[in-house]
Amino acid sequence: MVARVRALETVLTEKGYVDPKALDLIVETYETKIGPRNGAQVVARAWADPVYKARLMKDATVAIAELGFSGGQGEHMVAVENTDAVHNLIVCTLCSCYPLPVLGLPPVWYKSAPYRSRAVLDPRGVLAEFGLNVPTSKEVRVWDSTAEIRYLVIPQRPSGTEGWTVEELATLVTRDSMIGTGLALDPHTHGGQS
Amino acid sequence: MNGAHDMGGVMGFGPVVAEKNEPVFHFEWEARVRAMTMAMGAPMGSNIDEGRFAREDRSPSDYLSKTYYELWFAGLIRMLLDRGLVEAEELTAARSMHPAKPVPRILRAEDVASVLAKGRPYGRTIQQAARFKPGDRVRARNMHPTGHTRLPRYVRGHIGTVMHIHGAHVFPDSNAAGLGEDPQWLYNVRFAGRELWGETVDPTLTVSVDAWETYLEPIM
Repeated sequence: MVARVRALETVLTEKGYVDPKALDLIVETYETKIGPRNGAQVVARAWADPVYKARLMKDATVAIAELGFSGGQGEHMVAVENTDAVHNLIVCTLCSCYPLPVLGLPPVWYKSAPYRSRAVLDPRGVLAEFGLNVPTSKEVRVWDSTAEIRYLVIPQRPSGTEGWTVEELATLVTRDSMIGTGLALDPHTHGGQS
Repeated sequence: MNGAHDMGGVMGFGPVVAEKNEPVFHFEWEARVRAMTMAMGAPMGSNIDEGRFAREDRSPSDYLSKTYYELWFAGLIRMLLDRGLVEAEELTAARSMHPAKPVPRILRAEDVASVLAKGRPYGRTIQQAARFKPGDRVRARNMHPTGHTRLPRYVRGHIGTVMHIHGAHVFPDSNAAGLGEDPQWLYNVRFAGRELWGETVDPTLTVSVDAWETYLEPIM
């Protein structure tokens, strides 16, 4: 693949169809600028600020853009909230749709056949493989991203974080907790106030 | 098309294995394939639906034997060859052997940040009123188009409930075929797990898809 990809880039560059510096910048953007730290800011703000959260639940695209996160694969955002009654899980069974501006590029498992095939049929089995056992009293609500709508899970705020700042709260918000394959971290063992 | 990409409910793929401390790209060539695919959208004048179809329109054995970015590479090559922007012999020789074709525009380095930040919204304004409203019971059509579609097989023929109207969006089945955007109302439709999979699945499970209006028919 290395040689074939290099050959293609050479041909496209020689023909003037691509600017190699533009390719470098795209790669750099994905490697350094966008990632789950963006989404963690959104979640932490929603936890700390009920007025912001109301805006986020009403129009996530606009509320997320307020924090400076927007663009390709985040043009139409919807936030779904985990509660005592509902656990949300995001998948794209048809390809790999993922909210790039808030989570960055998806991990390999999210794009893999095991996840895409089973998340809609046996989500509790999938969650158990992530070490997450959702109580049987909770509804498991799966969102298959079949259109250009991109979903962001708002995990439940851990108890014991009263009075934490947005920055402190954000340290508890993992990528997986915003897909639904994890929970926010335990404040007694992770991050937060120093 | 009923391809291998339509994976919902397929069995036998094994457990989900998450990699610890996974890098954004595992190999530099993967990063270049991703970047070239994005950058070639402008000169190819292509849309996301054509790109998806170029990746998924292949035999199941081919689709399943390729890694994620191998599929992206194959899809990009196909779109370039289809448009005559490159020739197969050039890829073999690793050099340009024919003059470049005129292209509408190219992505310059100075425009990358603004293009990435802007994205490409798929919402459109249409004149027709929405046929369904939240709370309506609808059936996902039993349809098996040979081209691109975003109605997964596992919901076809099943009854769900309209939860939300997202607005009118570009219709991928048409857009992927180069037949125009043909925007339609887009709905979030929720199905009970047991409606989709039978009595043996978790009774609390619900699964929703986002479905364009012509994917759905009313329940009388």
